[in-house]
Amino acid sequence: MNNTIKSGQSDKAEETFSVTEAVKASLKRRHRKELGFRAAGFSAVCFGFVLVFLLLSDITYKAIPAFHQHWIKVDVTFDKAWLGVEDATSTSLATANYRKALRSSLYAAFPEVKTRKQKKRFTKMYSTNAEFTIKDFLIENPDKLGLKQAVWVRADDDVDTYLKDGVEPGKAGGRIDAMQAVWVQTLQQQSRIEKRFNFSFFTSGDSREPELAGVKGAFTGTILTMLVTLILSFPLGVAAALYLEEFAPKNRWTDIIEVNINNLAAVPSIIFGLLGLAVIINLFGLPRSAPLVGGIVLSLMTLPTIIIASRASIKAVPPSIREAALGIGASKMQTAFGHVLPMAMPGILTGTIIGMAQALGETAPLLMIGMVAFIVDVPSTVTDASTVLPVQIYLWADSPERAFLAKTSAAILVLLSFLLVMNVSAAILRRKFEK
Amino acid sequence: MKKLTLAISLLATSTAALSAGRDTINVVGSSTVYPFSTVVAERFGKSTSFKTPKIESTGTGGGMKLFCAGVGIDTPDMSNASRRMKKSELEMCIKNGVSAVTEVLLGYDGIVIANSKKSKQVVVSRKELFLALAKEIPALDGSEKLVANPYKTWNEINPSLPATKIEVLGPPPTSGTRDAFAELVLEGGCKKFPWIKAMKKTNKKKYKNICHAVREDHVYIEAGENDNLIVQKLTANPNAFGVFGFSFLDQNSDTLQGSKVDGVAPTFEGISDGSYPVSRPLYFYVKKAHANNIPGILEFLKEFTSEAAMGEEGYLTDKGLIPLGEERLNKVRKSVLSLTELKL
Repeated sequence: MNNTIKSGQSDKAEETFSVTEAVKASLKRRHRKELGFRAAGFSAVCFGFVLVFLLLSDITYKAIPAFHQHWIKVDVTFDKAWLGVEDATSTSLATANYRKALRSSLYAAFPEVKTRKQKKRFTKMYSTNAEFTIKDFLIENPDKLGLKQAVWVRADDDVDTYLKDGVEPGKAGGRIDAMQAVWVQTLQQQSRIEKRFNFSFFTSGDSREPELAGVKGAFTGTILTMLVTLILSFPLGVAAALYLEEFAPKNRWTDIIEVNINNLAAVPSIIFGLLGLAVIINLFGLPRSAPLVGGIVLSLMTLPTIIIASRASIKAVPPSIREAALGIGASKMQTAFGHVLPMAMPGILTGTIIGMAQALGETAPLLMIGMVAFIVDVPSTVTDASTVLPVQIYLWADSPERAFLAKTSAAILVLLSFLLVMNVSAAILRRKFEK
Repeated sequence: MKKLTLAISLLATSTAALSAGRDTINVVGSSTVYPFSTVVAERFGKSTSFKTPKIESTGTGGGMKLFCAGVGIDTPDMSNASRRMKKSELEMCIKNGVSAVTEVLLGYDGIVIANSKKSKQVVVSRKELFLALAKEIPALDGSEKLVANPYKTWNEINPSLPATKIEVLGPPPTSGTRDAFAELVLEGGCKKFPWIKAMKKTNKKKYKNICHAVREDHVYIEAGENDNLIVQKLTANPNAFGVFGFSFLDQNSDTLQGSKVDGVAPTFEGISDGSYPVSRPLYFYVKKAHANNIPGILEFLKEFTSEAAMGEEGYLTDKGLIPLGEERLNKVRKSVLSLTELKL
């Protein structure tokens, strides 16, 4: 008896001993496994981080030249004969021959420029906008008519790129030949060349001359388009989600609607562009290339994303909240708007920002409705012809002029900052609702 | 409440814009002509009191569809094209009420086969390019049979060509440059085989299939529509060749060189006088019915066809357009300013 008990006890002891033993034996292996998983996860995050860092630094590095522009000082003689004007009235100043005044002043400073070919190479070093710069100057200072005055004008993009590339002074390089290189060197020695911050990149619209091209047109177009998208898709999306979750009966119809919404989220964006062309432009007669149409098309694209995210976050609000509200006598609508919606808001905002970010980078549907276009004037209303930032990036990336390479990267930075601002403001709003 | 007022004001502005006429010129069409017409548009906007025309880059075919959709302020006034308007397109135009169309030949665009300056410039014929890039080529024993393209290096085709792997970066089939390359280079080389040439009359479809099909065994690499990308890849890989428009070679002449095709180098002069074999005409089309109704069209046409723009020393040549030459420019100008109707 004693024996059996003893042996039983020892059995138990042995058993516990062996379990501890087994646990101890496997402990090392399990720790190793966990460590391995942690290391893999950590290195995945690191890898992603390094890639993002590389991408960003590459873009930033390439964008740096776009933020500066070389200017050349020209002693312009506002000669009445060259300009072809007699007095300084505004009408005669508006139609004067500034091209001749500029060129004659340029040749006067460099008497060695004689032949036709030399003249062509020489005047090519100045931006084609130079004559408009001196025009603006004279219209602002009409008292300078007939006098000699130093005016700063933009250098041509070829000269600008040449100087930024840091070629040895006086040596040909890029699209600057030996003759032009010597002229540039002379101008530098006379300290007539200055590198300035390129404000016009942020204050002017598109141009085919890289030294004049700016993002303001595309930036304004993006803001207008996004505004239309937000105004249309946010209230509609949230209302649809709220109705489907809180009020709609659960039957076959709502099932069909749900399947359709999920399908819509996966439809390629160009299809929405075709729809926009066929219905919004051709049927309703809204203008082509307008942010209004772009915004409508993009909101069709964002709606499913917002609805799906909103439904998920409304569903996640605990039923006890609803029951409590109903219990103290709130109506169904008061419950939905006073209790469910505020609690679901952080999730809804996340869904909205994902949808908007998607819409922000879209170009394919905009091609169909005419927003992939060369538009110089900055739009001021939602019906003005306009383009958006991703389209501007696409158009510049496809331009032959080399200086557009830097502009492309700079425009990408602007787009990324726009996205960042959008995300941060959503995060702030979310924080506010979570309190 | 704020949102509501905003929405109402949006609606109000949109209806206001619709009821008024249009004061900007709308242009659609080819992405090859886009860099040229945008330059003219920008100058036109700056130097006149008219608004800067809006230029859309939709591709030649897409542009024609929009252009021929009808007459009225909601249709474009002009369409750019990197090939001539097809008879079927003109018929579509007429069917939709666009009865009178004026054609403008603005100049030429060369297509170059270029490589990095780190390698030697090569002299290649269209026949050799066909043999290097066609999907199927005539059997090597001279019989009238087709075999899958066996060539791996250039010197297998012609001992005088470099002993490097055939590697050509070019545009995808959706691009107009690719169409022109197939038509001018591959078909041009393909025609050099008499029995294939004879096929053009008997079996045109098969002839086109043979001459326009490009290898799919990673020798011809589709590098996307972006010519700048090809330029960058060529500098990184001195053994590769690239196919793109002349303006990109012109802009990167310090790092790239164009191969001589049939003995002629792709230079301004060579393309202009027609001795360089791979060039195509660029056009744009104007609706006669719009010319008198939309303000600025006639002035825009005048600026476009002026000596300062399209002439031999004009600013469009600075952007890489190959000019027409004085005589033809005068002819074009005359027909444009009198809005001569196109007949095909």
